[in-house]
Amino acid sequence: MNIRQCANRILSALLLVLMCTTAPAGPRELPGDSIYQLDIPLVDQNGHAFDLAQRRGKPQLVSMFYTSCQYVCPLLVDTLRKTQKALPAAQRKKLDVLLISFDPGRDNPRRLKEVFAERKLDASHWTLSRTETPNVRKLAAVLDIEYKLLPGGDFNHSTSLILLDANGRIVARTSKIGETDPQFVAAISRTLSAD
Amino acid sequence: MIRCLVLPAFLLVAGMANAADYVNVPGGQFASVLPADATRADVVVAPFMLRREPVTNAEFLAFVLEQPQWRRDRIARVFAEPSYLMHWQSADALGATVLPDQPVTQVSWFAAQAFCESERARLPAWNEWEFAAASDATRHDARSDPLWREQILSWYSQPSGKPLAAIGGAANFYGVRDLHGLVWEWVDDFNALLVASDSRDQNDPDRLKFCGAGALNLRDRENYAVLMRVAMLSSLKAADTTNSTGFRCARPAAPVPPVATQVRGDRQ
Repeated sequence: MNIRQCANRILSALLLVLMCTTAPAGPRELPGDSIYQLDIPLVDQNGHAFDLAQRRGKPQLVSMFYTSCQYVCPLLVDTLRKTQKALPAAQRKKLDVLLISFDPGRDNPRRLKEVFAERKLDASHWTLSRTETPNVRKLAAVLDIEYKLLPGGDFNHSTSLILLDANGRIVARTSKIGETDPQFVAAISRTLSAD
Repeated sequence: MIRCLVLPAFLLVAGMANAADYVNVPGGQFASVLPADATRADVVVAPFMLRREPVTNAEFLAFVLEQPQWRRDRIARVFAEPSYLMHWQSADALGATVLPDQPVTQVSWFAAQAFCESERARLPAWNEWEFAAASDATRHDARSDPLWREQILSWYSQPSGKPLAAIGGAANFYGVRDLHGLVWEWVDDFNALLVASDSRDQNDPDRLKFCGAGALNLRDRENYAVLMRVAMLSSLKAADTTNSTGFRCARPAAPVPPVATQVRGDRQ
């Protein structure tokens, strides 16, 4: 774009900022306890950039993983799938799944896409994503997921499935992996029907 | 549109920074109390720069005035619990009992991280903090000296009701001050310290949340002086604040030649 276009856009952005600061807080204001308060740029398996807060509007199942993980992470994908399936068919399509990698060094979009294909994930609901290391630490902190990089390049991490409501508030979580957690499924169902 | 806006925003940030003092810490192979892996290997700490002193109330006040989203009356709840900066007289003033030169406390990990970013820095990793804090005035690693341990432990036994001293204690081997004896300090990976060293045990993810396994792997168990820090940090959540937890920031080592004044120059 040329300089004039750029200047125009800056002007209109400034105007927008002015309008936002003078407008009264509406119902669309982001709740203070929403994880979407975090400003985190992500890239998905197709190389598309998006901001974490763009997930707002639809409840999400969120977790963290890395593609070279041999043990827990394949099981995590299975568990997320089983959890989706445990929901009534009408509710399933109202829920999206977002996985974020602990391992931005190796998990580039190409690698994420390979795993996406290998695991035959449903592109209408699943997103595998990566962000830079400082953002990984912030995301893990806000999701209360513990992780540690080991000298060999693997990660140790706690494994949780986390349910966010449409505004990005943590509604429920489970660390049950391998099979579905009935209480967690019930919490998802309640959230989806309230939405 | 994003590309257009990034540049002016960057200039704004670069213009506001005032120079804090960072010193070089050489790093190296290091026997951490938390081993790098299940083989109890040493960790390797890359060269880095550490803030000479903890961040003070005055410095943190300047930061929240510059970035009001971190004021106690504006901060999003997800980033800090209600006690955040509540010892200050108001959201934008310290008051008479809170001294400018005291280390800031009652700050969450998120707020500490944001402050460091405003200095184009980050929180130190635990191993970096531990490396720098292993020294005394003359030795890079004084940890096996019973006197060193005794001194630190005597701080822990002081009642926590007393007002905090100002920063500016004795400099250690690297010229860093107040690593011991003043406040607890946030580190970048505060919530990863006791994660187990072997993820193959994870088929039962509930197992003590890895705490048991991590504890079993501790090296140098007699080093309570350092392990107290680990225990304390591990008990916190990122939005928590306590009246004795502050922080300092770290940076990657300066490009060659690593002279501290260069870094100061490059920030103005």
